[in-house]
Amino acid sequence: MLSPKLWTTSTMPNTSNDKPQRKAVALVSGGLDSLLAVRVLQEQGIHVEGINFYTGFCVEGHTHAIRKKDRAKPKRNNALWSAEQLGIKLHIIDVSEPYKGVVLNPKHGYGANLNPCLDCKGFMVKEALEWMNKHDFDFLITGEVIGQRPMSQRKDTMPVISKESGAGDLLLRPLCAKLLPETKPEREGWVDREQLLDFSGRNRKPQMALAEKFGFTDYAQPAGGCCFLTDANYSSKLADLWQARGEKTYEIDDIVMLKIGRHLRPKPHFKLIIAREEGETNFLRGYRRSYLSLNTISHSGPISLIDGEANDEDLELAARLVARFSSGREADLVTVEVRQKNGEAKELKVKPLSSDDIPKEWYV
Amino acid sequence: MSEAALMILDTRRLLCPLPVIRTQDKVETMEAGDSLVIQCTDHGVINDIPAWCRINGHELVSIDEQDHEIVIEIRVGKTS
Repeated sequence: MLSPKLWTTSTMPNTSNDKPQRKAVALVSGGLDSLLAVRVLQEQGIHVEGINFYTGFCVEGHTHAIRKKDRAKPKRNNALWSAEQLGIKLHIIDVSEPYKGVVLNPKHGYGANLNPCLDCKGFMVKEALEWMNKHDFDFLITGEVIGQRPMSQRKDTMPVISKESGAGDLLLRPLCAKLLPETKPEREGWVDREQLLDFSGRNRKPQMALAEKFGFTDYAQPAGGCCFLTDANYSSKLADLWQARGEKTYEIDDIVMLKIGRHLRPKPHFKLIIAREEGETNFLRGYRRSYLSLNTISHSGPISLIDGEANDEDLELAARLVARFSSGREADLVTVEVRQKNGEAKELKVKPLSSDDIPKEWYV
Repeated sequence: MSEAALMILDTRRLLCPLPVIRTQDKVETMEAGDSLVIQCTDHGVINDIPAWCRINGHELVSIDEQDHEIVIEIRVGKTS
Protein backbone atom coordinates (compact mmCIF):
# COMPACT_ATOMS: atom_id res chain seq x y z
CA MET A 1 0.00 0.00 0.00
CA LEU A 2 1.30 3.43 -0.88
CA SER A 3 1.59 6.10 1.72
CA PRO A 4 -0.28 9.20 0.53
CA LYS A 5 2.20 11.56 2.12
CA LEU A 6 5.12 10.05 0.23
CA TRP A 7 3.38 10.28 -3.11
CA THR A 8 4.93 13.24 -4.90
CA THR A 9 5.63 14.07 -8.50
CA SER A 10 9.18 12.79 -8.14
CA THR A 11 8.01 9.40 -6.87
CA MET A 12 5.32 8.84 -9.45
CA PRO A 13 5.65 5.93 -11.83
CA ASN A 14 8.05 6.67 -14.64
CA THR A 15 6.64 7.24 -18.05
CA SER A 16 8.42 5.96 -21.08
CA ASN A 17 11.39 8.13 -21.99
CA ASP A 18 10.18 8.75 -25.51
CA LYS A 19 6.80 10.06 -24.33
CA PRO A 20 6.38 13.49 -22.82
CA GLN A 21 4.78 13.40 -19.39
CA ARG A 22 1.21 14.53 -19.81
CA LYS A 23 -0.25 17.12 -17.48
CA ALA A 24 -3.79 17.21 -16.16
CA VAL A 25 -5.54 19.84 -14.12
CA ALA A 26 -8.03 18.44 -11.63
CA LEU A 27 -11.03 20.12 -10.06
CA VAL A 28 -10.34 19.47 -6.39
CA SER A 29 -13.24 20.10 -4.04
CA GLY A 30 -11.68 18.52 -0.99
CA GLY A 31 -14.04 15.55 -1.06
CA LEU A 32 -13.23 11.90 -1.56
CA ASP A 33 -14.14 11.64 -5.24
CA SER A 34 -11.73 14.27 -6.50
CA LEU A 35 -9.04 12.88 -4.20
CA LEU A 36 -9.44 9.45 -5.79
CA ALA A 37 -9.72 10.78 -9.35
CA VAL A 38 -6.35 12.48 -8.99
CA ARG A 39 -4.72 9.44 -7.48
CA VAL A 40 -6.02 7.18 -10.26
CA LEU A 41 -4.31 9.44 -12.78
CA GLN A 42 -1.13 9.64 -10.73
CA GLU A 43 -1.00 5.85 -10.87
CA GLN A 44 -0.59 6.24 -14.63
CA GLY A 45 2.28 8.70 -14.32
CA ILE A 46 0.27 11.77 -15.17
CA HIS A 47 1.44 15.04 -13.62
CA VAL A 48 -1.60 16.51 -11.89
CA GLU A 49 -2.18 19.91 -10.36
CA GLY A 50 -5.36 20.86 -8.58
CA ILE A 51 -7.64 23.80 -9.02
CA ASN A 52 -10.23 24.90 -6.49
CA PHE A 53 -12.75 27.69 -6.98
CA TYR A 54 -13.94 30.12 -4.34
CA THR A 55 -17.52 31.07 -5.21
CA GLY A 56 -18.50 32.78 -1.96
CA PHE A 57 -20.93 29.96 -1.19
CA CYS A 58 -18.35 27.42 -0.08
CA VAL A 59 -19.38 25.71 3.14
CA GLU A 60 -15.86 25.55 4.44
CA GLY A 61 -14.58 28.54 6.24
CA HIS A 62 -17.01 31.27 6.99
CA THR A 63 -19.31 30.16 9.76
CA HIS A 64 -16.63 28.07 11.39
CA ALA A 65 -14.36 31.07 11.36
CA ILE A 66 -16.95 33.31 12.94
CA ARG A 67 -18.71 31.27 15.58
CA LYS A 68 -16.72 31.03 18.77
CA LYS A 69 -18.17 27.64 19.67
CA ASP A 70 -16.70 26.19 16.47
CA ARG A 71 -13.18 27.47 17.11
CA ALA A 72 -12.28 24.51 19.30
CA LYS A 73 -13.05 22.09 16.48
CA PRO A 74 -10.11 21.13 14.32
CA LYS A 75 -10.46 23.20 11.19
CA ARG A 76 -8.86 22.70 7.86
CA ASN A 77 -9.45 23.53 4.25
CA ASN A 78 -10.19 20.13 2.75
CA ALA A 79 -9.00 21.06 -0.73
CA LEU A 80 -5.59 22.03 0.68
CA TRP A 81 -5.63 18.88 2.80
CA SER A 82 -6.38 16.71 -0.25
CA ALA A 83 -3.64 18.37 -2.27
CA GLU A 84 -1.16 17.74 0.50
CA GLN A 85 -2.17 14.08 0.74
CA LEU A 86 -1.73 13.76 -3.02
CA GLY A 87 1.53 15.68 -3.19
CA ILE A 88 0.16 18.08 -5.79
CA LYS A 89 0.03 21.83 -6.14
CA LEU A 90 -3.33 23.46 -5.58
CA HIS A 91 -4.40 26.71 -7.19
CA ILE A 92 -7.29 28.39 -5.39
CA ILE A 93 -9.08 30.87 -7.60
CA ASP A 94 -11.53 33.56 -6.58
CA VAL A 95 -14.41 33.39 -9.05
CA SER A 96 -16.97 35.04 -6.79
CA GLU A 97 -17.67 37.90 -9.20
CA PRO A 98 -18.19 35.97 -12.45
CA TYR A 99 -20.00 33.27 -10.47
CA LYS A 100 -22.85 35.70 -9.84
CA GLY A 101 -24.04 35.08 -13.37
CA VAL A 102 -24.39 31.38 -12.56
CA VAL A 103 -26.40 31.96 -9.38
CA LEU A 104 -28.59 34.74 -10.69
CA ASN A 105 -29.45 33.38 -14.13
CA PRO A 106 -28.81 29.64 -14.37
CA LYS A 107 -29.59 28.44 -17.88
CA HIS A 108 -30.53 25.01 -16.57
CA GLY A 109 -32.41 26.26 -13.53
CA TYR A 110 -32.07 25.41 -9.86
CA GLY A 111 -32.10 22.11 -8.02
CA ALA A 112 -34.13 21.40 -4.88
CA ASN A 113 -33.00 24.76 -3.45
CA LEU A 114 -31.16 27.65 -5.10
CA ASN A 115 -28.38 25.34 -6.23
CA PRO A 116 -27.63 25.78 -9.93
CA CYS A 117 -25.55 22.58 -10.01
CA LEU A 118 -25.46 21.95 -13.73
CA ASP A 119 -24.57 25.53 -14.65
CA CYS A 120 -22.09 25.58 -11.77
CA LYS A 121 -20.22 22.52 -12.98
CA GLY A 122 -20.17 23.82 -16.54
CA PHE A 123 -18.84 27.16 -15.31
CA MET A 124 -16.09 25.54 -13.27
CA VAL A 125 -14.98 23.26 -16.07
CA LYS A 126 -14.91 26.25 -18.42
CA GLU A 127 -12.78 28.23 -15.95
CA ALA A 128 -10.49 25.23 -15.48
CA LEU A 129 -10.19 24.86 -19.25
CA GLU A 130 -9.02 28.46 -19.54
CA TRP A 131 -6.48 27.84 -16.78
CA MET A 132 -5.37 24.65 -18.54
CA ASN A 133 -4.78 26.43 -21.83
CA LYS A 134 -2.98 29.31 -20.16
CA HIS A 135 -0.63 27.00 -18.26
CA ASP A 136 -0.01 24.52 -21.08
CA PHE A 137 -1.68 21.48 -19.53
CA ASP A 138 -3.09 18.68 -21.68
CA PHE A 139 -6.48 17.79 -20.24
CA LEU A 140 -8.95 18.15 -17.36
CA ILE A 141 -10.21 15.70 -14.81
CA THR A 142 -13.05 15.75 -12.29
CA GLY A 143 -14.18 13.33 -9.60
CA GLU A 144 -17.68 13.08 -11.04
CA VAL A 145 -19.52 9.78 -10.81
CA ILE A 146 -22.59 8.96 -12.90
CA GLY A 147 -25.73 9.06 -10.80
CA GLN A 148 -24.08 10.56 -7.77
CA ARG A 149 -25.89 13.90 -7.93
CA PRO A 150 -29.40 14.34 -9.22
CA MET A 151 -28.66 17.34 -11.43
CA SER A 152 -25.07 17.58 -12.58
CA GLN A 153 -23.87 14.00 -12.35
CA ARG A 154 -26.21 12.08 -14.62
CA LYS A 155 -25.37 10.22 -17.79
CA ASP A 156 -27.47 12.65 -19.81
CA THR A 157 -26.13 15.84 -18.19
CA MET A 158 -22.42 14.98 -18.15
CA PRO A 159 -22.13 15.50 -21.93
CA VAL A 160 -23.89 18.86 -21.48
CA ILE A 161 -21.09 19.95 -19.15
CA SER A 162 -18.41 18.78 -21.58
CA LYS A 163 -20.08 20.57 -24.47
CA GLU A 164 -21.16 23.83 -22.88
CA SER A 165 -17.86 24.34 -21.06
CA GLY A 166 -15.99 23.95 -24.33
CA ALA A 167 -13.84 21.18 -22.84
CA GLY A 168 -15.36 18.52 -25.09
CA ASP A 169 -13.35 15.33 -25.08
CA LEU A 170 -10.53 16.90 -23.08
CA LEU A 171 -12.64 16.34 -19.97
CA LEU A 172 -11.95 12.97 -18.38
CA ARG A 173 -13.86 11.53 -15.42
CA PRO A 174 -11.54 8.77 -14.18
CA LEU A 175 -14.00 7.30 -11.68
CA CYS A 176 -16.67 6.52 -14.27
CA ALA A 177 -14.77 6.80 -17.56
CA LYS A 178 -15.51 3.23 -18.61
CA LEU A 179 -19.21 4.06 -18.68
CA LEU A 180 -18.69 7.10 -20.89
CA PRO A 181 -17.49 7.59 -24.47
CA GLU A 182 -13.73 7.55 -24.97
CA THR A 183 -12.02 10.89 -24.45
CA LYS A 184 -8.96 12.28 -26.19
CA PRO A 185 -6.54 11.38 -23.35
CA GLU A 186 -7.69 7.76 -23.68
CA ARG A 187 -7.74 7.74 -27.48
CA GLU A 188 -4.27 9.24 -27.73
CA GLY A 189 -2.88 6.78 -25.20
CA TRP A 190 -2.01 9.42 -22.64
CA VAL A 191 -3.98 7.35 -20.15
CA ASP A 192 -4.95 3.69 -20.22
CA ARG A 193 -8.74 3.37 -20.29
CA GLU A 194 -8.50 -0.14 -18.87
CA GLN A 195 -7.09 1.26 -15.64
CA LEU A 196 -9.91 3.74 -15.26
CA LEU A 197 -13.11 2.94 -13.36
CA ASP A 198 -16.81 2.31 -13.82
CA PHE A 199 -18.36 3.70 -10.65
CA SER A 200 -21.98 4.76 -10.74
CA GLY A 201 -24.80 5.60 -8.35
CA ARG A 202 -24.94 7.01 -4.88
CA ASN A 203 -23.39 4.00 -3.18
CA ARG A 204 -20.09 5.14 -1.70
CA LYS A 205 -18.68 1.70 -1.00
CA PRO A 206 -16.55 1.47 -4.17
CA GLN A 207 -14.97 4.83 -3.36
CA MET A 208 -14.32 3.80 0.21
CA ALA A 209 -12.74 0.54 -0.92
CA LEU A 210 -10.52 2.42 -3.37
CA ALA A 211 -9.57 4.91 -0.66
CA GLU A 212 -8.51 2.03 1.53
CA LYS A 213 -6.49 0.52 -1.29
CA PHE A 214 -4.66 3.81 -1.75
CA GLY A 215 -4.12 4.22 1.99
CA PHE A 216 -6.42 7.19 2.51
CA THR A 217 -7.97 6.86 5.93
CA ASP A 218 -8.91 10.46 6.60
CA TYR A 219 -11.01 12.32 4.07
CA ALA A 220 -13.97 14.68 3.96
CA GLN A 221 -17.46 13.30 3.35
CA PRO A 222 -19.58 16.43 3.09
CA ALA A 223 -23.30 15.68 3.26
CA GLY A 224 -25.15 17.45 0.46
CA GLY A 225 -22.05 18.75 -1.21
CA CYS A 226 -19.83 21.67 -0.30
CA CYS A 227 -22.07 24.56 -1.26
CA PHE A 228 -24.43 26.61 0.89
CA LEU A 229 -26.86 26.88 -2.02
CA THR A 230 -27.87 23.25 -1.48
CA ASP A 231 -29.02 24.17 2.03
CA ALA A 232 -32.76 24.87 2.34
CA ASN A 233 -32.42 27.42 5.16
CA TYR A 234 -29.68 29.32 3.39
CA SER A 235 -31.59 29.35 0.11
CA SER A 236 -34.66 30.63 1.91
CA LYS A 237 -32.64 33.58 3.25
CA LEU A 238 -31.23 34.32 -0.18
CA ALA A 239 -34.71 34.21 -1.75
CA ASP A 240 -35.93 36.58 0.97
CA LEU A 241 -33.07 38.96 0.19
CA TRP A 242 -33.98 39.06 -3.49
CA GLN A 243 -37.65 39.51 -2.76
CA ALA A 244 -37.00 42.37 -0.34
CA ARG A 245 -34.75 44.16 -2.82
CA GLY A 246 -37.07 43.58 -5.72
CA GLU A 247 -34.25 42.20 -7.86
CA LYS A 248 -31.88 39.27 -7.98
CA THR A 249 -28.54 40.76 -6.98
CA TYR A 250 -26.03 40.24 -4.21
CA GLU A 251 -22.64 41.35 -2.98
CA ILE A 252 -20.16 39.13 -1.16
CA ASP A 253 -20.98 40.81 2.15
CA ASP A 254 -24.63 39.88 1.63
CA ILE A 255 -23.95 36.20 1.18
CA VAL A 256 -21.57 36.12 4.14
CA MET A 257 -24.24 37.78 6.27
CA LEU A 258 -26.75 35.09 5.35
CA LYS A 259 -24.55 32.62 7.20
CA ILE A 260 -24.47 34.66 10.39
CA GLY A 261 -26.97 35.28 13.17
CA ARG A 262 -30.73 35.14 13.40
CA HIS A 263 -32.49 36.90 10.55
CA LEU A 264 -35.88 38.43 11.33
CA ARG A 265 -37.90 40.52 8.92
CA PRO A 266 -40.61 42.46 10.77
CA LYS A 267 -41.39 44.62 7.73
CA PRO A 268 -40.85 44.00 4.03
CA HIS A 269 -38.37 46.87 3.76
CA PHE A 270 -35.94 45.91 6.54
CA LYS A 271 -34.63 42.93 8.44
CA LEU A 272 -32.54 42.47 11.55
CA ILE A 273 -29.42 40.33 11.75
CA ILE A 274 -29.01 39.45 15.42
CA ALA A 275 -25.79 37.85 16.65
CA ARG A 276 -26.27 34.53 18.41
CA GLU A 277 -23.03 34.44 20.35
CA GLU A 278 -19.80 36.28 21.10
CA GLY A 279 -17.99 35.27 17.93
CA GLU A 280 -20.81 36.58 15.78
CA THR A 281 -21.02 39.76 17.87
CA ASN A 282 -17.33 40.42 17.25
CA PHE A 283 -17.75 39.78 13.56
CA LEU A 284 -20.86 41.92 13.13
CA ARG A 285 -19.24 44.77 15.05
CA GLY A 286 -16.84 45.09 12.12
CA TYR A 287 -19.80 45.98 9.87
CA ARG A 288 -21.10 48.94 11.87
CA ARG A 289 -19.88 51.37 9.21
CA SER A 290 -21.82 49.50 6.55
CA TYR A 291 -25.10 48.90 8.38
CA LEU A 292 -27.23 50.72 10.94
CA SER A 293 -26.67 48.86 14.22
CA LEU A 294 -28.45 48.35 17.53
CA ASN A 295 -26.96 47.38 20.84
CA THR A 296 -28.57 47.05 24.26
CA ILE A 297 -26.70 49.15 26.82
CA SER A 298 -28.77 48.80 30.01
CA HIS A 299 -28.52 45.02 29.76
CA SER A 300 -26.11 42.62 28.11
CA GLY A 301 -27.19 41.51 24.67
CA PRO A 302 -26.11 40.78 21.13
CA ILE A 303 -25.28 43.35 18.52
CA SER A 304 -27.80 43.58 15.68
CA LEU A 305 -27.57 45.08 12.22
CA ILE A 306 -30.38 46.45 10.11
CA ASP A 307 -30.40 45.54 6.44
CA GLY A 308 -32.73 47.89 4.58
CA GLU A 309 -34.21 51.28 5.33
CA ALA A 310 -35.87 51.86 8.69
CA ASN A 311 -37.80 54.95 9.80
CA ASP A 312 -38.28 56.05 13.42
CA GLU A 313 -41.26 53.78 13.93
CA ASP A 314 -39.31 50.85 12.46
CA LEU A 315 -36.36 51.62 14.74
CA GLU A 316 -38.62 51.53 17.78
CA LEU A 317 -39.90 48.11 16.71
CA ALA A 318 -36.38 46.91 15.95
CA ALA A 319 -35.17 48.09 19.36
CA ARG A 320 -38.00 46.22 21.09
CA LEU A 321 -37.11 43.13 19.14
CA VAL A 322 -33.41 43.40 19.97
CA ALA A 323 -34.31 43.91 23.63
CA ARG A 324 -36.19 40.62 23.49
CA PHE A 325 -32.91 38.84 22.72
CA SER A 326 -31.03 40.58 25.55
CA SER A 327 -30.75 39.67 29.21
CA GLY A 328 -33.36 42.38 29.84
CA ARG A 329 -36.13 40.49 28.04
CA GLU A 330 -38.27 40.46 31.22
CA ALA A 331 -37.45 44.06 32.23
CA ASP A 332 -39.96 46.88 31.96
CA LEU A 333 -37.58 49.00 29.91
CA VAL A 334 -34.33 48.32 28.09
CA THR A 335 -32.04 51.04 26.75
CA VAL A 336 -30.94 50.38 23.19
CA GLU A 337 -28.30 52.37 21.35
CA VAL A 338 -29.10 52.96 17.70
CA ARG A 339 -25.98 53.79 15.78
CA GLN A 340 -25.89 55.26 12.28
CA LYS A 341 -23.25 54.21 9.76
CA ASN A 342 -21.40 57.50 10.38
CA GLY A 343 -21.09 56.73 14.10
CA GLU A 344 -23.83 59.07 15.31
CA ALA A 345 -25.83 57.35 18.02
CA LYS A 346 -29.04 57.86 19.95
CA GLU A 347 -30.64 55.93 22.77
CA LEU A 348 -34.13 54.48 22.85
CA LYS A 349 -35.82 53.21 26.01
CA VAL A 350 -38.18 50.45 24.97
CA LYS A 351 -40.30 47.67 26.35
CA PRO A 352 -39.02 44.33 25.07
CA LEU A 353 -41.39 42.41 22.84
CA SER A 354 -42.81 39.26 24.37
CA SER A 355 -42.30 35.99 22.57
CA ASP A 356 -45.99 36.08 21.59
CA ASP A 357 -45.38 39.41 19.86
CA ILE A 358 -42.94 37.83 17.43
CA PRO A 359 -44.74 35.96 14.65
CA LYS A 360 -42.97 32.91 13.29
CA GLU A 361 -43.14 34.46 9.84
CA TRP A 362 -40.62 37.08 10.92
CA TYR A 363 -37.92 34.44 11.13
CA VAL A 364 -36.29 34.21 7.72
CA MET B 1 22.31 40.12 -6.58
CA SER B 2 19.31 42.16 -5.53
CA GLU B 3 18.17 42.37 -1.92
CA ALA B 4 15.24 40.24 -0.84
CA ALA B 5 12.07 42.23 -0.47
CA LEU B 6 9.80 42.31 2.57
CA MET B 7 6.14 42.94 1.81
CA ILE B 8 3.06 43.21 3.99
CA LEU B 9 -0.37 41.88 3.08
CA ASP B 10 -3.47 42.91 4.99
CA THR B 11 -6.16 40.20 4.95
CA ARG B 12 -7.85 41.28 8.17
CA ARG B 13 -11.61 40.61 8.22
CA LEU B 14 -11.32 38.31 5.22
CA LEU B 15 -12.54 34.78 5.84
CA CYS B 16 -10.84 31.65 4.60
CA PRO B 17 -10.01 30.80 1.94
CA LEU B 18 -9.66 34.45 0.89
CA PRO B 19 -6.50 35.08 2.97
CA VAL B 20 -4.91 32.09 1.23
CA ILE B 21 -6.01 33.35 -2.18
CA ARG B 22 -4.66 36.84 -1.52
CA THR B 23 -1.40 35.31 -0.28
CA GLN B 24 -1.14 33.12 -3.36
CA ASP B 25 -1.80 36.06 -5.68
CA LYS B 26 0.73 38.27 -3.88
CA VAL B 27 3.43 35.59 -3.90
CA GLU B 28 3.02 35.22 -7.66
CA THR B 29 4.37 38.75 -7.99
CA MET B 30 7.37 38.13 -5.72
CA GLU B 31 10.79 36.55 -6.16
CA ALA B 32 12.28 33.52 -4.46
CA GLY B 33 13.80 34.58 -1.14
CA ASP B 34 11.43 37.51 -0.63
CA SER B 35 9.41 37.62 2.59
CA LEU B 36 5.74 38.28 3.03
CA VAL B 37 4.08 39.26 6.30
CA ILE B 38 0.34 38.46 6.29
CA GLN B 39 -2.03 40.11 8.78
CA CYS B 40 -5.14 38.02 9.40
CA THR B 41 -8.12 37.75 11.71
CA ASP B 42 -9.58 34.40 10.61
CA HIS B 43 -8.06 31.69 12.77
CA GLY B 44 -8.39 29.24 9.89
CA VAL B 45 -5.17 30.66 8.47
CA ILE B 46 -3.21 28.94 11.24
CA ASN B 47 -3.81 25.67 9.40
CA ASP B 48 -4.43 26.85 5.87
CA ILE B 49 -1.43 29.09 5.16
CA PRO B 50 1.13 26.58 6.48
CA ALA B 51 -0.57 23.86 4.39
CA TRP B 52 -0.50 26.10 1.34
CA CYS B 53 3.21 26.79 1.95
CA ARG B 54 4.03 23.09 2.25
CA ILE B 55 2.17 22.28 -0.97
CA ASN B 56 3.76 25.06 -2.97
CA GLY B 57 7.30 24.96 -1.63
CA HIS B 58 7.36 28.13 0.43
CA GLU B 59 8.85 28.46 3.91
CA LEU B 60 6.77 29.27 6.94
CA VAL B 61 8.93 31.60 9.04
CA SER B 62 6.61 32.38 11.95
CA ILE B 63 3.07 32.53 13.23
CA ASP B 64 2.34 35.13 15.89
CA GLU B 65 -1.10 35.16 17.49
CA GLN B 66 -2.01 38.31 19.39
CA ASP B 67 -5.51 38.97 20.75
CA HIS B 68 -7.76 38.91 17.70
CA GLU B 69 -5.00 39.13 15.11
CA ILE B 70 -2.66 36.58 13.61
CA VAL B 71 0.53 37.62 11.87
CA ILE B 72 2.22 35.07 9.63
CA GLU B 73 5.56 35.48 7.91
CA ILE B 74 6.52 33.33 4.96
CA ARG B 75 9.54 33.22 2.68
CA VAL B 76 8.91 32.67 -0.99
CA GLY B 77 10.39 29.50 -2.39
CA LYS B 78 11.41 28.73 -5.92
CA THR B 79 8.44 28.94 -8.19
CA SER B 80 8.08 26.76 -11.21
